[in-house]
Amino acid sequence: MIGEGSAPAPFGFAPGPSVRAVNDPFHGDLLEVSMGPQHPSTHGVFRMVATLDGETIVKLKPVFGYLHRNHEKIAENTTYLGSMPYTDRLDYLCSMTSNWAYALAVEKLAGQPVPDRAQYVRIIMAELTRIVNHACLVGFLFNDLGTSFTPLLYAFREREKIIDLFESLSGSRMMCNYQRFGGCRVDPSPEWLAAASKLVDNFPRFLDEYEQMLTGNEIMLARTQGIGRLSLTQAINGGITGPVLRASGGGYDVRKVDSYGFYPRFDFRVPIGAHGDTYDRYMMRILEMRESVKILQQAFRDIPSGSIMDPKAKLRGFRPKAGEAYGRTESPKGELGFYLISDGGPNPYRYRVRPPSLINLTLLEDMCLGHTVADSVVILGSIDIVLGEVDR
Amino acid sequence: METLEQIRGRLLARFPAAKVEMVLNPGVAAEHSLLLEAASGREIALFLRDDPALQLDYCSNATGVDWPAKETVETVKTTVPDPAGGPPKVTEEKIKRVTPGCLEAVYHLYSMALKHGPVVIRLRTANRSDQVMLPSLTPVWRSCDFQEREIYDLFGIVFEGHPDLRRLLMWDEFKDHPMRKDYVDPDDYEWEPTAHAQVLERAKAHFPAAPAAPKPEAPQS
Repeated sequence: MIGEGSAPAPFGFAPGPSVRAVNDPFHGDLLEVSMGPQHPSTHGVFRMVATLDGETIVKLKPVFGYLHRNHEKIAENTTYLGSMPYTDRLDYLCSMTSNWAYALAVEKLAGQPVPDRAQYVRIIMAELTRIVNHACLVGFLFNDLGTSFTPLLYAFREREKIIDLFESLSGSRMMCNYQRFGGCRVDPSPEWLAAASKLVDNFPRFLDEYEQMLTGNEIMLARTQGIGRLSLTQAINGGITGPVLRASGGGYDVRKVDSYGFYPRFDFRVPIGAHGDTYDRYMMRILEMRESVKILQQAFRDIPSGSIMDPKAKLRGFRPKAGEAYGRTESPKGELGFYLISDGGPNPYRYRVRPPSLINLTLLEDMCLGHTVADSVVILGSIDIVLGEVDR
Repeated sequence: METLEQIRGRLLARFPAAKVEMVLNPGVAAEHSLLLEAASGREIALFLRDDPALQLDYCSNATGVDWPAKETVETVKTTVPDPAGGPPKVTEEKIKRVTPGCLEAVYHLYSMALKHGPVVIRLRTANRSDQVMLPSLTPVWRSCDFQEREIYDLFGIVFEGHPDLRRLLMWDEFKDHPMRKDYVDPDDYEWEPTAHAQVLERAKAHFPAAPAAPKPEAPQS
């Protein structure tokens, strides 16, 4: 039942333009191909069941759950702090931003303030993570295009420098477990900040070189422009967030909209695409890296001295008041949210991760319809998923 | 953005037959929510999406919450004065109260067009066993597609009108709903029981055998 005057257009599941009747006598049978879960192009244990007409995809159903370990249930059976290291394992390329998203939700739940220095350090970590993620994503995307690891290894060379910094600060390269409710775990030394600042200053040079090699590449243009188009209305309705949404023209960045942390103090722009195709999604990542460098330079310039943990923050025996909170952040992959319900006990009553990787796959089928199998691999690569977060 | 009270008022004016309740959040975040009825849930969701002042075009998060039946014991003291003039008698009576359980679906709505939010809406099932139907909001926001499948998988809420309601994370043959509070882990996580005597014994103790079918008469030989 639909009310009068609202003239709704529920977004249906209309088949794409290339869907033909199955029993069309002039064409051959449809072929169902299962890609994955052990396929190098699916970026992990992800499976797509594609129905093909010749080489054209007419139906595509993603299959999940190969990495499912019920993270939410585990978190409901441990303390609030106990699931902080577990959030590293959600998006294992971006543990710093996952940590922050969880810390932000708990701080919202408990009304916990964060000192200024910690806010700056968090932004430094988040933007370094964004650079790591986007550089790797671009490398992996080119792997999917068939460049056999050359761009990926260039990206990994830069990533290595950044995760060495993470290691020297937090003790771990990927599973940083760095944020705490009310601050961060370790205070970065001036030497660390100087090393990080130098690295960031050198980063645009790498990016220029990288872009010179990749952006204008003829094969790259032929394989990505006009491939996997996504319209803005569809993207918004499908809950697509992050660079994929912005490539379709949606100017929605949680850093700007919610202005969490100290982001309002920083001067940066949010790149927005026009076509919503794979090429735009690639460009979004490149441009966001450049903006991240700008944010980082401001952060290194302005970072205040002081305490990194709120002195009143309680780590052991932490019991927030009964209530609920939904905290969301702009992770490199999109909107990463945590929904927590507290009943006043030491464990969350309900702990929910809003995974951008999973929800960005909602429209995978729509993007792939009418394209070839080889293109579907590139489209999947341009969405940027990590299966640790998809399956949880 | 309007306050939740104002939105509720407008909804009640627009849908006089519907029941919309405020659910208060006692926590620090104070993000209150609107509890909708299953019957009018989708209509109201469509209204929230298309209303020009709200334009909640983006459903960020959809999730389930399990609320098992809760038994609370209240002690009521009654004082009866002694007619003989002695000390009054105090009798204690314990009253058990059972809050019926339900499954809940929670949606966090934002507006990308007007950049506001969140508006939190909730839907509750009648109970946790047989009446677990709720209207699917996937026709309104497609982002609920996988999330409602996940709720169905892990909590067991059946979404009517969902275009493709299958399990998302667990395998199709799986029976239970793991995110429910009263879920018990199987002793043997393997789907096919391993041929291991101890494990099989434990599995047998965990899943009591179905009542045996009446045996056919043994053939005489």
